[in-house]
Amino acid sequence: MLFRNVAELIALAENKGVKIAEIMIQQEIEVTGLTRDEIIAKMDRNLTVMEQAVERGLKGVTSVTGLTGGDAVLLQKYIQSGKALSGNVLLDAVSKAVATNEVNAAMGIICATPTAGSAGVVPGTLFAVKEVLKPTRMEMIEFLFTSAAFGFVVANNASISGAAGGCQAEVGSASGMAAASIVEMAGGTPKQAAEAMAITLKNMLGLVCDPVAGLVEVPCVKRNAMGASNAMTAADMALAGITSRIPCDEVINAMFLIGQSMPSALRETAEGGLAATPTGRRLQEEIFGKKQ
Amino acid sequence: MKYRSAFDIIGPVMIGPSSSHTAGAARIGRVARTLLGKQPSKAEISLYGSFAKTYKGHGTDVAIVGGILDFDTFDERIPSALQLAEEAGIDVIFTVEDTVTDHPNTVRVKLSEGDREIELVGISIGGGTIEITELNSFELKLSGEHPAILVVHNDQFGVISAVTNILSKHQINIGHMEVSRKEKGKMAIMVIEVDQKIGQEVMTELEGLPNVTQIIRMVD
Repeated sequence: MLFRNVAELIALAENKGVKIAEIMIQQEIEVTGLTRDEIIAKMDRNLTVMEQAVERGLKGVTSVTGLTGGDAVLLQKYIQSGKALSGNVLLDAVSKAVATNEVNAAMGIICATPTAGSAGVVPGTLFAVKEVLKPTRMEMIEFLFTSAAFGFVVANNASISGAAGGCQAEVGSASGMAAASIVEMAGGTPKQAAEAMAITLKNMLGLVCDPVAGLVEVPCVKRNAMGASNAMTAADMALAGITSRIPCDEVINAMFLIGQSMPSALRETAEGGLAATPTGRRLQEEIFGKKQ
Repeated sequence: MKYRSAFDIIGPVMIGPSSSHTAGAARIGRVARTLLGKQPSKAEISLYGSFAKTYKGHGTDVAIVGGILDFDTFDERIPSALQLAEEAGIDVIFTVEDTVTDHPNTVRVKLSEGDREIELVGISIGGGTIEITELNSFELKLSGEHPAILVVHNDQFGVISAVTNILSKHQINIGHMEVSRKEKGKMAIMVIEVDQKIGQEVMTELEGLPNVTQIIRMVD
């Protein structure tokens, strides 16, 4: 392993004068024994899956239960009306994140980033920022390797599982990964990417996993919307030169400890939070009958 | 390090809706199927923790059965796996357990066909990554940091040394090894963690050994 935490990752990128994405690719070569071309081709295929999922979601999908679907389309129409209050790039990211997660809820094909429940955030922001920064295909692939590098640290030092660490571990991690990648694609330094990750994750700490009826629909789809907008905001803050007072690795560790002390009812058991609201319970009964 | 690859984070490509409860579940089912070596006639599946509470919403049931049918995580037949299993004549029994397990996403899968039987416990640790923690009542302790193989073999003298001889011939160093059997003279297993990557030619050579039934990569 070339790096085990964010500090080592950033030091490597700075010392070698390369992008974070490049460090991740080098580590992948070392760990898997695959060639650079094979590894890049593999990520290229994942990128294609993400593109297709966004495309499908923007045409409008509905989940089996009918609980989610169609919101990505509504948002795109709203952007086109010219009345949007938030910036169009931000809303485009939100719409594309929602599109991906609506496809996921409809049991369509997606690429987990880092999980399926949080699969909208990274591609949503990537395909929105793409419209502004006009990256090459290779730069888009690098965006995903940068996300992978930060996700790798979180997964090994904390968690990326809602059942283990709550939604902060899923959408929180995804949002931080995306923020770091946006910064790098926009020409920020490795250190700024880490600041963006830290700022993002700080705003996600404590977020619980409380899916209504145990479905990856409510509130998951809208949490991806929030994850995407959080990532965009934090990336801009880091690019503006704002830093996090708490270093990224310590924020990740705080997330891990918070997850550990989170009650089971709030970790993907559908027993607490929004799942336990009167409406949440009613929806569960409507979908699965009285007893599940 | 439980996660080793960039593609553990950006991936897998999968049918929704949950990487841990759908893709991970499908992978555990598929490992069980691979270990049995053929399609089972009976599958007994016990769900624990978050798996037990939310399996219907996450499609955990169809995903595990899809895995048992040898489907990959992105196979579009997963949503209809229960029906396909019935058509294939597989008797599928689901049990929801109350017991509290170490990991919230735990499943026990028991597959049988004729006189062959396999029972494992799998956990889905997030993002589609899984660990097999128990096989045929034998606790597996894999660090996940090094490549590991599982050798299923007949409980006969000389099998262990034959396997380690091949590894040593290829200059592969063993970091950790456990052997176990159900009954004297019957099926036995070895779990071997090594420092170097085990190439396909080594795998083929191991598979060719007398009394070795199966070689499976547990960690790449």
